[in-house]
Amino acid sequence: MSLFSNLNDMHLDVLKEIGSIGTGNAVTAVSSLINKKVQMNVPSVELIEFDTLADFVGGPEIILVGVLIGISEDISGMIMFLMDIDTAHNLLSSVLSGMGIESSGDNLSELELSAIEEISNIMAGSYLGSLSGLTNLRIRQSVPMLAIDMANALLSVPAIEFGKMADHVLFINSSFSVENVAVNGYFILVPDEESFAKIMGSLGVGV
Amino acid sequence: MTKIIVGMADLKVERAPAMLTTLGLGSCVGIALYDPASKVAGLAHIMLPDSTKMQNNQNLAKFADTAMVKMIQDMAAKGANKTRLRAKIAGGAQMFAFNSKNDDMRIGDRNVEATLRLLKQYSIPLVAYEVGANYGRTVELYADDGRFLIKTIGHGNREL
Repeated sequence: MSLFSNLNDMHLDVLKEIGSIGTGNAVTAVSSLINKKVQMNVPSVELIEFDTLADFVGGPEIILVGVLIGISEDISGMIMFLMDIDTAHNLLSSVLSGMGIESSGDNLSELELSAIEEISNIMAGSYLGSLSGLTNLRIRQSVPMLAIDMANALLSVPAIEFGKMADHVLFINSSFSVENVAVNGYFILVPDEESFAKIMGSLGVGV
Repeated sequence: MTKIIVGMADLKVERAPAMLTTLGLGSCVGIALYDPASKVAGLAHIMLPDSTKMQNNQNLAKFADTAMVKMIQDMAAKGANKTRLRAKIAGGAQMFAFNSKNDDMRIGDRNVEATLRLLKQYSIPLVAYEVGANYGRTVELYADDGRFLIKTIGHGNREL
């Protein structure tokens, strides 16, 4: 029996709303961090088969920056934030411009890597904070872990977690732009099976 | 030459001339089986070690144990001889440096361990492997001679 085989439109609407509010908060946090206006597009929430997952982020071998944060306490699982290298540079240039640093190129320096970890940490924190507020569940987040590699290799981590319960990945595609610079970011929230039921239950939706 | 892409939780079997590839293995393991006499090649991209531990286990290619059985059957159906099969494997990385002994986070290692155990169980010799570490791998298996190419981002490319 697959976790998602029982999902109906109401479940999906709830998930979409969680994704939307979570991403909205995350983007607001970035906006205040870089002190620039950030516009968010309406996120899409989809259940994607493993095979086609990477197509949603630009292809299986495209190089992405991935930040993984473990979650624990009332619910457990992980949240992953993915962005392409250009997006990372755009964010870094905004954040580090006060230090006279312009970010570009194929690689990221140590300073840039830790800045990206911190930005991701703040975004994930806002995302999870809103989830916690909506559900009244306590959520603790681990320190962020960063990797830069092929999309499929990074996606294998949340995909395997979903793979234990289902043949799909719950994928939230949230793009936003910073002062006309397009930024593409993707959140993947992976609650374990019990936590998934808890989230739905706390929102008054049975699984 | 036909190029066949094996997705995540997927397996394919083909005769020469063909190239089977799977893109960006992370903690998953790519299991390549080859019969040099009949030139039948099989490639699986497994995500989890053991189907018997899961309720949701209909997708045979998702698990090392069920993928191995299905791939051997499919290869035999294409003319491979079970006793001539040999294996090369890649993947099983730990993509993120979780400072944890938690088994869930060691999934790459567990996928590799399960694969090695199964190869032994089915008496298939492991002739080459590149597993573990913390980076992704794209692999290509050539059915004409069984060569196995590994491509990485920033960690070089190799032929096994």
